Amino acid sequence: MTTEAHVQHPNYVKVWAILVALLVVSLVGSMSHIRVVLLIAAFGVALVKAYLVAKNFMHVNVEKRWVPYLLIMCLLFIAILFAGVAPDVMQRSGLNWNKNPASQPAQTGATPAVKNE
Amino acid sequence: MSATAKPIANTRSATGIPTARLITWWVIASEIVIFGGLLASYVMHRISHPEWAESASHTLTWAGAFNTFVLLTSSLCAVLAHQAADAHNGPKAAKFLRLTSLGGLIFLCVKAYEWTIDIREGFVLSSGGFWSFYYTLAGLHGLHVLAGMIIMLIVAADAAKNRELQRVECIGLYWHFVDIVWIFLFPLLYIAR
Repeated sequence: MTTEAHVQHPNYVKVWAILVALLVVSLVGSMSHIRVVLLIAAFGVALVKAYLVAKNFMHVNVEKRWVPYLLIMCLLFIAILFAGVAPDVMQRSGLNWNKNPASQPAQTGATPAVKNE
Repeated sequence: MSATAKPIANTRSATGIPTARLITWWVIASEIVIFGGLLASYVMHRISHPEWAESASHTLTWAGAFNTFVLLTSSLCAVLAHQAADAHNGPKAAKFLRLTSLGGLIFLCVKAYEWTIDIREGFVLSSGGFWSFYYTLAGLHGLHVLAGMIIMLIVAADAAKNRELQRVECIGLYWHFVDIVWIFLFPLLYIAR
């Protein structure tokens, strides 16, 4: 016995066909020069595809409740990592600091960046 | 315990989930953190380096799209193997698992071809930030594909004899996760320019 008897198998070929159609949508959308369309085609479609695979192929929706909780918790950890690190990576300066590109001291002979305190 | 009895760890189900599947979910949870951390790092660097778009324009979108199609199709084969195993049809499950592995092999061949072109054009791991992430992310994902293929062939060998059919679902879960990772890698590395 591989799984519980209550698992209902959906029409997998139909799900696969939808996934392939979404792939085509993302490819067509990627040719757009409108940024919003490009982003939706790239990442919006990817989210839908991932949801379809998780729901229909991995059967997360009929799995014990704590399994999706476990997966969501891991995603939250990633969100915390992003929120904690992104300000340092994505911003050039902050309240009490500024950042020079790593290559700048070597090119200009300037001293390394220091905190502005 | 007799020589033929199964280890307790394979049959107990304290959580209501067969232990093999439980372990698979934990593996997937840890993989989410591994790939999620890398993807989050890539996204924050990519946003702060708009010039990486020029590097991304050199990736072969058609190759990435074809590989997405291959992985989606191999995921279909994996879930059909699960369905066959549920029906206690081991040989049919083994056939689908081998087809899934074939999908993995095609994926890796396309990836090897793609990397050969990239490297010949001078885009190597040290060519810049984008290429570091590109080779690290795609390489780590490729290693997961390779590992999945090997495990799948081992599971298929047992399934063909109607043995250990519960493993068919577990390796299928892993394969679907690898598919989901690629679903996000494709737009991040190939489409977003």
